[in-house]
Amino acid sequence: MLALGGCNKGPAADLPASQIGSQAVIDSALIPGLTRSAVSSDPRVAQYYDNADAVNTGKRLFGQYNCSGCHSNGGGGMGPSLMDDEWIYGGRLEQIHQTLVEGRPNGMPAWGGKVPDQQLWQLSAYVRSMSLPATLAAQNGATPSQTPAPVPREADDHAGWSPPPGTTNDYTTLTTGP
Amino acid sequence: MRFTVTVLLALAPLAALAQTVPAPVPASEVFTREEIGHALAAPTPQAGRTMPSAANAPEDDGQWTMPSKNYASTRFSALTELTPRTVKGLQPLFSFSLGVNKGQEAAPIVADNTMFIVTAYPNYVYALDLTRPGAPLKWKFAPKPLPASQGVACCDVVNRGGSVSNGKYIFNTLDGQTIALDVRTGKPVWRTQLGNINTGESITMAPLVAQGRVYVGNSGGELGVRGWIAALEESSGKLLWKAYNTGPDKEVLIGPAFKPAYATDRGTDLGVKSWPPQAWKIGGGNVWGWITYDAELDAIYHGTGNPGPWNAEQRPGDNKWTAGIFARDPASGAARWYYQFSPHDEHDYDGINEQILLDMPFAGTMHKVLIHFDRNGYIYIIERGTGKVLSADPFGPVNSSKGVDIATGELIRNPAKQTRLGQVVSDICPTASGSKDWNPSSFSPQTGLVYIPHENICMDWMNMQVNYIAGTPYVGANVHMKPGPGGHRGELTAWDPVRRGPVWVDKENFPIWSGTVVTAGDLVFYGTMDGWFKAVNARTGELLWKAKVDSGIVSQPISYRGPDGHQYIAVLSGVGGWSGAVVSGPVDPRDGSAALGMVNAMSDLPKYTTAGGTLYVFTLPH
Ligand code: HEC
Repeated sequence: MLALGGCNKGPAADLPASQIGSQAVIDSALIPGLTRSAVSSDPRVAQYYDNADAVNTGKRLFGQYNCSGCHSNGGGGMGPSLMDDEWIYGGRLEQIHQTLVEGRPNGMPAWGGKVPDQQLWQLSAYVRSMSLPATLAAQNGATPSQTPAPVPREADDHAGWSPPPGTTNDYTTLTTGP
Repeated sequence: MRFTVTVLLALAPLAALAQTVPAPVPASEVFTREEIGHALAAPTPQAGRTMPSAANAPEDDGQWTMPSKNYASTRFSALTELTPRTVKGLQPLFSFSLGVNKGQEAAPIVADNTMFIVTAYPNYVYALDLTRPGAPLKWKFAPKPLPASQGVACCDVVNRGGSVSNGKYIFNTLDGQTIALDVRTGKPVWRTQLGNINTGESITMAPLVAQGRVYVGNSGGELGVRGWIAALEESSGKLLWKAYNTGPDKEVLIGPAFKPAYATDRGTDLGVKSWPPQAWKIGGGNVWGWITYDAELDAIYHGTGNPGPWNAEQRPGDNKWTAGIFARDPASGAARWYYQFSPHDEHDYDGINEQILLDMPFAGTMHKVLIHFDRNGYIYIIERGTGKVLSADPFGPVNSSKGVDIATGELIRNPAKQTRLGQVVSDICPTASGSKDWNPSSFSPQTGLVYIPHENICMDWMNMQVNYIAGTPYVGANVHMKPGPGGHRGELTAWDPVRRGPVWVDKENFPIWSGTVVTAGDLVFYGTMDGWFKAVNARTGELLWKAKVDSGIVSQPISYRGPDGHQYIAVLSGVGGWSGAVVSGPVDPRDGSAALGMVNAMSDLPKYTTAGGTLYVFTLPH
């Protein structure tokens, strides 16, 4: 058993999303369209690019830590969809990692210090993989994200990265009537 | 980029997959009503008229002060201005944006010519002045629940309404508070914190106010939250008693007064013994649906939610006191009887749906009964004084069980639809959200029929091992829902409780997730998830009137008398809830398992409606 919100440090620290000492300082590039992030990258991230092991391990952990309970197989439920191309808190690996470490205020638990950091990176890689064109294309049936593609480095090259045009079945752009 | 090419090739089948509804379950997969419906005796309609008692359903004063209208929970309006003839002229009078685009499940409340509405999270409360043109705002109260509570709401951040009593509007917040507001000023009279979101607890139900007490229960059956019901003092908000629905007798408030009708419910500490060691502590049995007060027998009745986790193989045993119904003493909470609809539930069949309190002929004499429409697919008629089941009949497609053994009260399980680890069991009917979910039925003393808004959905289910992590889902199942036989996903059934069968059935494309209200003009009002508000003839089911609103309807319509003496119909739009999360939540139609498998059956909903949240009031031009 793992107690996520069980510690007794007063009401604020008790929240699932309580912020526990953040690690590397990473900020998103606030100006869209920059070819490079305005801030330097976390050096730990490098080994998780193009890493098939990382996404496959991340997939297993996603079930083990009950991420799937809130995010399903990427499509969401109690938590938002992670397989679309919309990121509330940024979609670069290091940003996803930071989301996992710190938790987020609208109900995303904080996992930093509770789950080994390497596993948080593997989870981040799997989460990032969910919306890759290659992962979406591999979907067979109504359960997505079962064969996650490794995360290419260029996916993180700049903040505004999005899949090459015409390569996703992106229902968020166009919905047709009945 | 290497992957681009492969992707382009694979596009076509995927796009189709995103918003296509799966094929319906064939009719041959389910039992017929005749095969599995049972009763202790044959119908005796001549023995008397089916009616609520005057104590539980006093004469209609034209107001609507509690979601259920009265203690009997008939949701019957005695107003007659609207009839099958006049309803064709019904027109929108005014609308009011709720400022929240999430599933709106509440009933508007009308008292002293003021209308009160509580929204989905962040649970704004509005008071509108019905005496002035356009019903301007009197006040708005923002309780500011903790934002993190959104992450522990299993099935959208809904709220099922409040009640007006003794000058107070009393409601719950998603983060587990019960709040009483002064109806004149909107200022809190008291606020009581009952739930703790860190354990996954939230509150979405409408509190019941009766005899100076406020009854509240928690949600969290999908997060391993131990279920309870609490009574607060209406004047102060002080906790009077709290009863858990799992665990040792003294915490369940089971004592000498407990006299269950069936042998399986007798014994000591069954709430511990019917579980693996310690599992009852994280075993669910929540009270997120309807609590009913019986003024005749001075009792309260409340269902209990599903056991956790959904993966039943992790909790061998009957898992008492989940997925059943309790009768309790209102003053002390002491349990009087209990009946378990779904022992060792394997399919998420919460027992929390409404009960309607009626006097009804059965076996030649009049009986004080409650009618309960369970998620497991059966309409139960239960004797209120004893907890004995008089009849249990399926009102939708069922194959997860083969009927109720009426001698022992036991649900007869169908081994073919038992859920298994790592194995997909296909075409289980009804689905996890049941033949019918929380949205309440109504009863007309004029027709003697109940009007049941419900679903026609089945599912595929695979158990998966799940770890308990406090504050996260404790489910352990991969579910994919699909339409039931016929392919339509919703039904409005007019059911004769005495003759034990449907009188008419109206089909809907989407599940009906709104309540119904029935009027003395013989009209039944309900809303659809694709945004139609409809009136049908209570005797025939014929569609008489409909109006299109801004978003799908998953709330509880009401009928009231305005300050000018005329009849008004009010309803909230705003699609959402479990079935509508694919529109109101950030949920992706490409993942059939999303929103606990609901998305698989609802992925086309975004084609029909968008998120919204508006009060609509209709009346005849005058
Ligand atoms: C109790 C439910 C819950 C659990 C468990 C949970 N999440 Fe979340 N998650 C949420 C909610 C709610 C949000 C949205 C938070 C916000 O908007 O502030 C979220 C947000 C996120 C985001 C940010 C998405 C974005 O658009 O920026 C990521 C990434 C994420 N979760 C990944 C995970 C992973 C990985 C796990 C398991 C280690 C996990 N979540 C477990 C509820 C949950």
